[in-house]
Amino acid sequence: MSATTFAPEEVRSAEHEVQAITKVSIIISKGTLEGIYPGLIMVNGARMEGIEANVFFTFFGMDAITKKKMNRIKVATVGNPALGVPALLGVLPGMAAFVTKQMQKKMEELDIPPIPEFIQLIADSGAKLYACKASVDMFGLKDEDFVDTLEGILTVGEFYEKAAGGQIIFT
Amino acid sequence: MTTMLLANKDLEVDAEGFLTNPAQWDESVAVAIARDVGIATLTDRHWLVVKFMRERFLTTGTAPSIRTLGKESGVPIKELYQLFPKGPAKLAAKIGGIPKPKGCI
Repeated sequence: MSATTFAPEEVRSAEHEVQAITKVSIIISKGTLEGIYPGLIMVNGARMEGIEANVFFTFFGMDAITKKKMNRIKVATVGNPALGVPALLGVLPGMAAFVTKQMQKKMEELDIPPIPEFIQLIADSGAKLYACKASVDMFGLKDEDFVDTLEGILTVGEFYEKAAGGQIIFT
Repeated sequence: MTTMLLANKDLEVDAEGFLTNPAQWDESVAVAIARDVGIATLTDRHWLVVKFMRERFLTTGTAPSIRTLGKESGVPIKELYQLFPKGPAKLAAKIGGIPKPKGCI
């Protein structure tokens, strides 16, 4: 393969032609606090820039929109070396609750809403919320288990249709 | 420093057209910026948001988050997006003559 060298001005003009993002579809697949927030922040951030946004909740990511679970999302204190909690302490009863509480306190200071409020905020901002059909079937969930702002339950194929013309981000 | 001629004033702006000197702002500037971003008429509801945004920035030094805007401006989130479809916090800051909000929320 031969490398092509561009003069700086060519690179710059290529950059100017880059199209702005106008639509994103974000998949949230994890049910931990640190697995859910990045996706929600990106969805909210997209809407704040006037970017059209869909959110597709799959597997344990659906906990964020499940009425009985959305208030009880925890930080993973086991198998999460980045947290800096020694592995043997991470399993102690109350550890996940304690770490979660610390993190929630910090987030409140930064004006980051708790998950249920955040879900309402992004729905009100015009982002469309969807649950994954395969996961819904697997977990035996029903429409009424989800927040009222859920737009629908989609198959993967339907999700790709909704995502058409935009970027897909998996978290 | 870039300047932009708007409402018969030479305004100091950043690369995206946000005023860098809030003192240069007045209501005629707001109307002109609003037109520039596609809002033909500023209604009372628009003004409520724009002025809340501006006052909050001038008193605290930071623009409020979308969450605070929804809770405290008197205009709920849904309506904020109807008023400013291209981004309520960003556009209200621009029209209110304050710098672009820096937070992620």
